[in-house]
Amino acid sequence: MAMVTVGIADLNAVKTPDSLITYALGSCVGICLYDSDKKIAGLAHIMLPLSTEAAGKIDNKRRYADTGITELIQSMNHMGASTARMTAKIAGGAQMFKGNSSSMFNIGERNVAAVKKVLASYRIRIVAEETGADFGRTVVFHGEDGKMEVRAAMKPTKIV
Amino acid sequence: MALHNVNELQDMHLDVLKEIGNIGSGNAAGALADFLQVPTDITVPAVKLLDFSETVNFLGGPENVAIGMLVGIKGDITGMMLYVLEKSFASKMTSALFGTEIQDLYNMNEMERSVIQEVGNIMAASYMNALASLTGMMIDISVPTLTVDMVGAILSVPAIEFAQIGDKVLFIDDRFIIDSGEVKSNMILVPELQSLETLFEKLGVSV
Repeated sequence: MAMVTVGIADLNAVKTPDSLITYALGSCVGICLYDSDKKIAGLAHIMLPLSTEAAGKIDNKRRYADTGITELIQSMNHMGASTARMTAKIAGGAQMFKGNSSSMFNIGERNVAAVKKVLASYRIRIVAEETGADFGRTVVFHGEDGKMEVRAAMKPTKIV
Repeated sequence: MALHNVNELQDMHLDVLKEIGNIGSGNAAGALADFLQVPTDITVPAVKLLDFSETVNFLGGPENVAIGMLVGIKGDITGMMLYVLEKSFASKMTSALFGTEIQDLYNMNEMERSVIQEVGNIMAASYMNALASLTGMMIDISVPTLTVDMVGAILSVPAIEFAQIGDKVLFIDDRFIIDSGEVKSNMILVPELQSLETLFEKLGVSV
């Protein structure tokens, strides 16, 4: 049983009994997709909302909610997963600093909203959500049963 | 020529930033010595362009828990500074001031938090004063906001900000010698590209 690491602005998919892990999501969002028939699990770690709203050229499609999720679905389809059977669990989108003076105001919230919009466009239902608040989360996604494990510093681990 | 990406910065530009970092660090050491009332010195800072994963690994891995402080920069240049401080650094501050070390980063009391914030303020002001006096620019900084969390999550803030302009961050690695013990301060600078251009222009360095 392998544990495959997904970096920031990256994605990957595995089959049971393998699992996926992405570390320390802050304002980024982790999207876990699962086809329970084929037991195929996919995880994308996106940083920004829609690529269509981005200024300048897009040099990494995996950074954005729309292009990232689309690529994840395609790579799961290649492994034999059906989009119609997929369900989603999402985590992250926190606001790490209060009163953030950044130009990227409320980026965590905007990321979550963009992810929901994209999933809705593929008619993929969100069955669990651990988003918002002000703390980082590490996500483990199990190919065996599609469970998402959310770890945060100083908080009990949640399995949804 | 205009800068399109931070990756376009060359050694010459990094040398300029290093020199500013040097002066800023020197100022910071002086200001910290005044604040803490203990001898404070600093070694030559290292200024590097690192990608996200290198930065995270340098700071002890994504799940390493540390203090993050975010300072907004406004005026003739805009951007943000992020400090990542280890518990050892914070403890050095509180033990110099009150003789007690920080027991638990998550449960710092008001006094401990405000000391750390003040240190963040002193450091940010020291660097920005160095920059302002070298260039004649007007630069304002905001009061630092503080969080304690996993390094990867803290760094997602500048990473997202930086994603617009490149995949590397400007990293300043300072080693302070406070009361004869060495502690590390890590600063990540996220200037807007336009601001970097303005900065180099003021200093007479072509981009």
